[in-house]
Amino acid sequence: MSELTLTVMRLGFLAVLWLFVIVAVQVIRSDLFGTRVTQRGAARRGGQEPRAQRQAAPPPQQQRRQDSGRGGNRQRRGAPTKLVVSEGTLTGTTVALQGQTISLGRAHDSTIVLDDDYASSRHARIYPDRDGQWIVEDLGSTNGTYLDRTRLTTPTPIPLGAPIRIGKTVIELRK
Amino acid sequence: MSSTTNTTTVGTIGAPSRRNTELAMLVFAVLIPVFAYINVGLAKDHSVPAGVLGYALGLGLLAGVAHLVVRKWAPYADPLMLPIATLLNGMGLVFIWRLDQEPSLGSAMAPNQLMWSTFGVALFLAILIFLKDHRVLQRYTYISMVVALVLLIAPVFFPGVNGAKIWITIPGLGSLQPGEFAKIIIAVFFAGYLMVKRDALALASRRFMGLYLPRGRDLGPILVIWALSLMILVFETDLGTSLLFFGLFVVMLYVATERTSWIVFGLLLSAGGAVAVGTFESHVQTRVHNWLNPLELQGGGVTETAQAMYSFGSGGIFGSGLGQGYSRLILGIAPKSDYILATVGEEIGLAGLMGILLLYGLLIERGIRTALAARDPFGKLLAVGLSGAFALQVFVVAGGVTGLIPLTGMTMPFLAQGGSSVIANWALVGILLRISDTARRPAPAPAPSTDAEMTQVVRP
Repeated sequence: MSELTLTVMRLGFLAVLWLFVIVAVQVIRSDLFGTRVTQRGAARRGGQEPRAQRQAAPPPQQQRRQDSGRGGNRQRRGAPTKLVVSEGTLTGTTVALQGQTISLGRAHDSTIVLDDDYASSRHARIYPDRDGQWIVEDLGSTNGTYLDRTRLTTPTPIPLGAPIRIGKTVIELRK
Repeated sequence: MSSTTNTTTVGTIGAPSRRNTELAMLVFAVLIPVFAYINVGLAKDHSVPAGVLGYALGLGLLAGVAHLVVRKWAPYADPLMLPIATLLNGMGLVFIWRLDQEPSLGSAMAPNQLMWSTFGVALFLAILIFLKDHRVLQRYTYISMVVALVLLIAPVFFPGVNGAKIWITIPGLGSLQPGEFAKIIIAVFFAGYLMVKRDALALASRRFMGLYLPRGRDLGPILVIWALSLMILVFETDLGTSLLFFGLFVVMLYVATERTSWIVFGLLLSAGGAVAVGTFESHVQTRVHNWLNPLELQGGGVTETAQAMYSFGSGGIFGSGLGQGYSRLILGIAPKSDYILATVGEEIGLAGLMGILLLYGLLIERGIRTALAARDPFGKLLAVGLSGAFALQVFVVAGGVTGLIPLTGMTMPFLAQGGSSVIANWALVGILLRISDTARRPAPAPAPSTDAEMTQVVRP
């Protein structure tokens, strides 16, 4: 057998051995099961919105508002554009406010699923009223929803930047 | 789940079973050793070896049967452990067969090794089929302690081989290395014991200079194990088993209690014990002396350590090529078992040796990953223990052959010649696969809770 063939086989063997190692590492990479991390970006926005509306079942008047043009209320000066979780396990999560109802709770179909022992499965919801003012409403939760320091008893308008406290989670509306 | 910006969402997805990935990797893992086999034949005899078809079919059959059984009885098991074990075992067979071609190195071992591999795979399959749930092993915590101690102590009553008493000789059947099986059984005991006792070991402690000092009475178990491993060292003069036994306990103690102080204690105790025994045990002294002075001339030649180093040096980065090394010059003991890494390093070079070591690393990683994913504390500890034992063994052998630590008589798992070793390691992989199947199996759908219905909003 010629020297060349043997050299090619020698290097070829090393190549396939390392190829196996690399493929195995790739399998491990694609095998990180259990959680899937998705970059939320503009590209996904279109696809996710119908689902949010379906599950949140916004009040009738808000539905009308959305139909007549969702841009209208968002353009108001000083209106919040996003909801930010500032404390708790979901810290850093932001949800854009686009006229849809945001439900909060431990139930899996909530817009923001709270992983918090002090939250009820359907704890509270945040929705815009007819004028585009965002309202937070406690849905009869066990431990209550707090706006600043006061426990909510009725649907209450949310001032910009005021902390809404649910168990260990704090969320606020920002521009 | 509404449209959002600047952030990521974390959601659960169903764990796929990944059996097809495993099949593809297995085909790969069978083809590589077959390629190596042909390569050896071409280099040695300038022709494709006659047994290549039989070898390929044999390895392929073993892998295929194993895959089908895993598909049926452990459908969610890890997709990489079986292919990596098959590849290592196949490469081991090729290297042993290659060393059989050198008449100076003794009689042919490869057919025997193939038979032992078949027994190993059979035990692997039996574990997958009959061990439905690894938690069954928890019931045998103290029985396994007794069995492991008997296995560890038994070799004292049999004659030693090459200075180490690690063999049980059964007349007519051959010899057995009980330490290989003891490492699995002792991991079962440690897992069951630490699962019950870990709170006492972790919490009852005082803080001193940044370390958690355990109470005196909690030091009991580690001292007993330490004394036992020292006794193994003294009476069996086997540094490897002693190190494996004690290291495994320290690793599992650390994982169970999350206290760094146990590692510190373990290292201090093992260093102290090794030095103490080394001062009066001549066999250990010889090993340490050879390790420190590898180039010293002994009985007309250099030490085994030096021969292994010459092999590595002769191989260089890319190796001499399969079948083209000078392994016939290794005239020490056990070129096919303890020193097989020297041939590996010579013929496929640093690049190949690193690839082989990475395969071991990946197998261990999958074991630790299994421990992370396991849902029950016993399974977690057992998976850590088994992969820890495997890792320690690889470290002890590879470290010994490359001259990092004094050489000890242990076999490279799957690669080296040795019936007990290959059978025990297939059993070890079988238990790990069983744990990983349980760990990766999708959780059953939660029963609908009546309370959840009560708090739902009633929509008009």
